[in-house]
Amino acid sequence: MAAGLATWLPFARAAAVGWLPLAQQPLPPAPGVKASRGDEVLVVNVSGRRFETWKNTLDRYPDTLLGSSEKEFFYDADSGEYFFDRDPDMFRHVLNFYRTGRLHCPRQECIQAFDEELAFYGLVPELVGDCCLEEYRDRKKENAERLAEDEEAEQTGDGPALPAGSSLRQRLWRAFENPHTSTAALVFYYVTGFFIAVSVIANVVETIPCRSSARRSSREQPCGERFPQAFFCMDTACVLIFTGEYLLRLFAAPSRCRFLRSVMSLIDVVAILPYYIGLLVPKNDDVSGAFVTLRVFRVFRIFKFSRHSQGLRILGYTLKSCASELGFLLFSLTMAIIIFATVMFYAEKGTNKTNFTSIPAAFWYTIVTMTTLGYGDMVPSTIAGKIFGSICSLSGVLVIALPVPVIVSNFSRIYHQNQRADKRRAQQKVRLARIRLAKSGTTNAFLQYKQNGGLEDSGSGEEQAVCVRNRSAFEQQHHHLLHCLEKTTCYEFTDELTFSEALGAVSLGGRTSRSTSVSSQPTGPGSLLSSCCPRRAKRRAIRLANSTASVSRGSMQELDMLAGLHRSPAPQSRSSLNAKPHDSLDLNCDSRDFVAAIISIPTPPANTPDESQPSSPGGGGRASSTLRNSSLGTPCLFPETVKISSL
Amino acid sequence: MGAVMGTFSSLQTKQRRPSKDKIEDELEMTMVCHRPEGLEQLEAQTNFTKRELQVLYRGFKNECPSGVVNEDTFKQIYAQFFPHGDASMYAHYLFNAFDTTQTGSVKFEDFVTALSILLRGTVHEKLRWTFNLYDINKDGYINKEEMMDIVKAIYDMMGKYTYPVLKEDTPRQHVDVFFQKMDKNKDGIVTLDEFLESCQEDDNIMRSLQLFQNVM
Repeated sequence: MAAGLATWLPFARAAAVGWLPLAQQPLPPAPGVKASRGDEVLVVNVSGRRFETWKNTLDRYPDTLLGSSEKEFFYDADSGEYFFDRDPDMFRHVLNFYRTGRLHCPRQECIQAFDEELAFYGLVPELVGDCCLEEYRDRKKENAERLAEDEEAEQTGDGPALPAGSSLRQRLWRAFENPHTSTAALVFYYVTGFFIAVSVIANVVETIPCRSSARRSSREQPCGERFPQAFFCMDTACVLIFTGEYLLRLFAAPSRCRFLRSVMSLIDVVAILPYYIGLLVPKNDDVSGAFVTLRVFRVFRIFKFSRHSQGLRILGYTLKSCASELGFLLFSLTMAIIIFATVMFYAEKGTNKTNFTSIPAAFWYTIVTMTTLGYGDMVPSTIAGKIFGSICSLSGVLVIALPVPVIVSNFSRIYHQNQRADKRRAQQKVRLARIRLAKSGTTNAFLQYKQNGGLEDSGSGEEQAVCVRNRSAFEQQHHHLLHCLEKTTCYEFTDELTFSEALGAVSLGGRTSRSTSVSSQPTGPGSLLSSCCPRRAKRRAIRLANSTASVSRGSMQELDMLAGLHRSPAPQSRSSLNAKPHDSLDLNCDSRDFVAAIISIPTPPANTPDESQPSSPGGGGRASSTLRNSSLGTPCLFPETVKISSL
Repeated sequence: MGAVMGTFSSLQTKQRRPSKDKIEDELEMTMVCHRPEGLEQLEAQTNFTKRELQVLYRGFKNECPSGVVNEDTFKQIYAQFFPHGDASMYAHYLFNAFDTTQTGSVKFEDFVTALSILLRGTVHEKLRWTFNLYDINKDGYINKEEMMDIVKAIYDMMGKYTYPVLKEDTPRQHVDVFFQKMDKNKDGIVTLDEFLESCQEDDNIMRSLQLFQNVM
């Protein structure tokens, strides 16, 4: 349910009454929101078509164009309406989103145009409702693929650039996996392909009988026995190349165990092993029979082509994924063969000189008949045998023809499904990340608002920053609510960065925790009014408590102090950018030397890219302010920075 | 061969049948609807004007077309207001406080009655409502365990990233402070009278109660 937050805000604020008896600090005063009529009707004119809706409806989604103050840019004072020079048909869907909370995808419009409209009105494509999401994604994917194909046709298609300074191993692996990256890799790719072909052809040609032109002997030899040296040399060369390739791959593989277990490496091993076994085995007649059998495995070299052919890999994969259907086919065929072979055997038992000597012997007849081959080497002679034989051939057609379309459709379904599932999985991660990003925008809005000095008690509007003043009524009330929660619990919301820094300070010395507990506990029943309150006083208390004891501790102490103080310079310096009164600058001067040293502290590891991105205005502002202060520093700063960094 | 084909086809139909039934069941459940009493009646029962009731109902109806809010929706709404932390426990206690008839769903009348007390009620009514919120098992007394649960729920809403870093025994300390103030006869439980008396003595609380007056 895409809740229209603005509707429920009165309820959330009312429920905050439950915090009141628990609050240990006085709660901040409510924002003076000008009492606007909640149900005024707005007119939105989109290229001449007028849409009328309540203001409340548009206010439901304050982070879009129509819900925020951005629409004031489009306000036409003469006619009293908001004018947009966009497509009115698409606007209907956008407006329905505000009304119902679900964004539907128009079937007959171009998906690109729809995307552009969404981007204009500030709606994220992830808001498309579940009913239309599948179709939206499919059409978008189609579009993207079509555009990508055009682009690829133009470019030569270079692979992603390797990071500079990658080891030989990484470069080698990349060259193996993606032959188009460099010329050497391409040459290697084609050379291995050529040698695979040569090896396979040599295996085949070896067995062709060569007519010996010199002597007219009746005995014809296969070429392999006529030119044994030539074939042996060729075989050796091929095996040397294959062995070299295998060893190089093994060296370059990022995970050697995984590489050893992969199918391609097994094929490589099977392709070259017979040769080595043949070398080791002596030329003994007993063993040479087995040795000849081993040469059969040389045909597996043809599977090495699957590295060169995408289609072969896909075929192998789909066969693997259709294993159950193939198994079913095999099972039903086996059942049928056994039944018919038994029947034929008993039908032909009476005849003498029959081919059907046993049931297994009848298997051959059944298979040949059911697959409609009909070699004719085994034929029934009795009438019963002929009748059953014809039933066998008819049912053979049925048995084989029926599961095959099932298997074929399974192939295509599984194939497409796998492709789509992989893409959807990748998209799902991105989708969730984007939604999280959009959500964290609201989280960080309050933190930024605090940093902008919005929580200062100055009542005069001139001194407050422009950005603080221009928040919508909803934002004001929401921030007031969050501020009340902070005051109830005597804790403040921060972002991950300052939290982890504070955590580091706590684990180092434990001084900050002690000092906060001193300052946060009320000293008596009557002191609830004063207690933990103003932020500055609290931090000054920490600073004093730390600095008195820091003389004895040394550099470890300074680190605590710095971490504890880190918060205090930042808001002042940021608000100083917003033309705050001059007293804040004095505080800056005091803490200048400490602020500069923060740069050399190694950053805590708990910084996820997601979090750091939305808070980058805040974080970046802080960093820039710290750098700025350091530039004002006196030369006496440097000994301090050196001291810290030597930690 | 026919047997083979027969078993194959029957396997497929068995898979298809359950999913159809499920969809029909779901459709039936969403048809349940609730309509509130008339506008005049609600106006008489609460402290809102007709126009305010209209605005409230329009918003309510838009979010919950079936006319009732269930606990999950409550929790979702609250989670959107407090994205930093986990608002589900506090929302649970709030829901129980709103749902005076303990039916498991909040109708528009319950919603508006509670809002009327919280926004337009007398000090006495507000404090009584708050007492009812804290009294989780609705036995008329607040003991330390109930207060611990409530305070823990509130601290959960703050989330992980707070300044200063949240310690383990902070809720307990907070509860102790609260009981010190509220429990007059030090018997370990707070009754309604003790609660009302203590809150009325505290100027802070009295002042803060006026804060949320202008929410509409």
